[in-house]
Amino acid sequence: MTVVIEAAPARHGLLRYAATKAGGALLSIAMVVVATFFLFRMLPGDPVRALAVGRNMTPEQLDLERARLGLDKSIPEQFLHFVGQTLRFDLGTSYEYKRPVLDLIGERIGPTLLLTGTALVLAVSLGIWQGARAGWKPGSRFDRFSTAISLVLWSVPTFWLGLLLLMVFAAGIGPIPGLFPTRGISSVDAPDGFGYVLDVAQHMVLPCLTLVAVVYAQYLLVMRSSVLDEVEQDYITTARAKGLKDDDIRRRHAVPNALLPTVTLVFMRIGFVVGGAVTVEAIFSWPGLGQLFYEAIRVPDFTLMQGTFLLITVSVILMNTLADVIYHVLDPRVRSV
Amino acid sequence: MLEATDVVVEFGRARAVDGVNLSVAPGEIVALVGESGCGKTTLARTLLGLEKPRSGNVSYEGRPLSYSGRALRAFRRQVQLVLQDPTGSLNPRHTVYEAVAEGPRIHKLPDEEAVVTSALARAGLRPPERFFLRYPHELSGGQRQRVVIAGALALDPKILIADEPVASLDASIRGEILALLLRLRDDLGLGALVVTHDLGLAWNIADRVAVMYLGRIVESGRTEDVLTNPQHPYTQALLSVLPESPERIILTGEPPDPTQIPSGCRFHPRCQLVAAGNGIDACHSTPLPVLPATTDPQVACHVVQALQAASS
Repeated sequence: MTVVIEAAPARHGLLRYAATKAGGALLSIAMVVVATFFLFRMLPGDPVRALAVGRNMTPEQLDLERARLGLDKSIPEQFLHFVGQTLRFDLGTSYEYKRPVLDLIGERIGPTLLLTGTALVLAVSLGIWQGARAGWKPGSRFDRFSTAISLVLWSVPTFWLGLLLLMVFAAGIGPIPGLFPTRGISSVDAPDGFGYVLDVAQHMVLPCLTLVAVVYAQYLLVMRSSVLDEVEQDYITTARAKGLKDDDIRRRHAVPNALLPTVTLVFMRIGFVVGGAVTVEAIFSWPGLGQLFYEAIRVPDFTLMQGTFLLITVSVILMNTLADVIYHVLDPRVRSV
Repeated sequence: MLEATDVVVEFGRARAVDGVNLSVAPGEIVALVGESGCGKTTLARTLLGLEKPRSGNVSYEGRPLSYSGRALRAFRRQVQLVLQDPTGSLNPRHTVYEAVAEGPRIHKLPDEEAVVTSALARAGLRPPERFFLRYPHELSGGQRQRVVIAGALALDPKILIADEPVASLDASIRGEILALLLRLRDDLGLGALVVTHDLGLAWNIADRVAVMYLGRIVESGRTEDVLTNPQHPYTQALLSVLPESPERIILTGEPPDPTQIPSGCRFHPRCQLVAAGNGIDACHSTPLPVLPATTDPQVACHVVQALQAASS
């Protein structure tokens, strides 16, 4: 009976908490919309001139083009137009591709989610597994090795590691043959069905490896330090005094409790999955959002940049909010407050 | 009976426990008192088999403790632990039922729910079923400590080792938890080693008292004898700070350091007898032997022993 009485206010509290967080997220998104517009207007370069390269155009034609893109209007006017469009969920038309930005994003989001999603799952699993073992026996050989290696990989520049892997395993060096394809998501002559899946998987190995290598350290370190916190807790001693085996104490007590902060981190990173990895996609010519964004910066293609940037930031904000709410649900101490 | 024989525990250069003989029998409550850092918690952990002594041994019912496998697990059922802070002793994400059921599950006791119900009832949480699905943060400090005690009782131990069991509780709840320990002794014949810095607590519940200083027991005996007629200058100093004491003895000198144990009597640099010039040569030069595990009154002090020798 007591349970029922207490459940009602707790749920009410959660709803109110979620509503507060959602309000905060909306405010952040509004600020991001404003920042998006002005941030990219600060980039050097004139999109009209950039798009005209190689085509012989008169100044009159350039002005016409500028008017077509709406770039002849004043900055405040452009801004109001942008805000109005965004509120209608219209991200505009790309200067370069001359197609709606939403369509372009729709095409590119699949490959990105595939690559960064796989990398996230692998990095989280690897990081949590190694972090839990390292934190359980701090100072052990396993701890020192795994922590050091993860930190070295974390510090390595992504492009350098990517290029290195590309050179060694795709181009092939000396006696080592090129084991993996150098670019793209699939071969031109890829077979259908299961063969296609294998082909994509083979293309994904190197970019995925690069992504995992440079990010898994953060999961390892967060997991390690939160397991370390748990190891010193009295309930671990109590469990040991009851005769629970060391491995079981780690599995049943330390790891589940230490997972809380890591879960929050993972949810925050899910937001970045959408953004993908601009560098990795550029190096391996992976046809994802990151590469789209990279191409847009080079022009600069304002609408395309704004669209992709908005998508990336909004998904980060939403996932952050979700992480807060999920933490609330997972931790009974926070739940009833 | 749980017994420590010449136990020495070292952490690096520090000798936390430097030769201790101590026994606890079912049905008796022994208080282990001393300042923080004197090694009493380490001794308690060693008696539980959580620390391995450098030399000497811990034995239960005459058999030395083995530190691996099945024998240690069997020992765990007999000797259980209650820690100071009930909030930390309970996994915040486990319900009361899960917390209490953990021990029976590890030891594969039959009829888990009945075991949990009875343990909660014996710990004074009634009706037990009402507490099954509660989380620790929903309980009061006193209730939490009862859950911890229930978790220990679920294994039907013969001896409880309680490290400052009431130090983190409100004064009003202390009495209840102490009464619970006394009732468990009387009803179930449970023995307990209560580690505390609080002499009042020792007076209230203990049958015997052992006073520890810098890794050694310096005085032990029946509670009435030790606390009403303290022999060791250190015990006298501890008792003199109680409010009802006529005159305070303030100890001088550095707080004890287990990495540098003084020669002669380990207490002599802070001893008020030596400071007042009432010490003898042996205080500075002759180490005292380790006190045996006897229930009779005994003191590790050169001055007291010299006086006793002179009067007999």
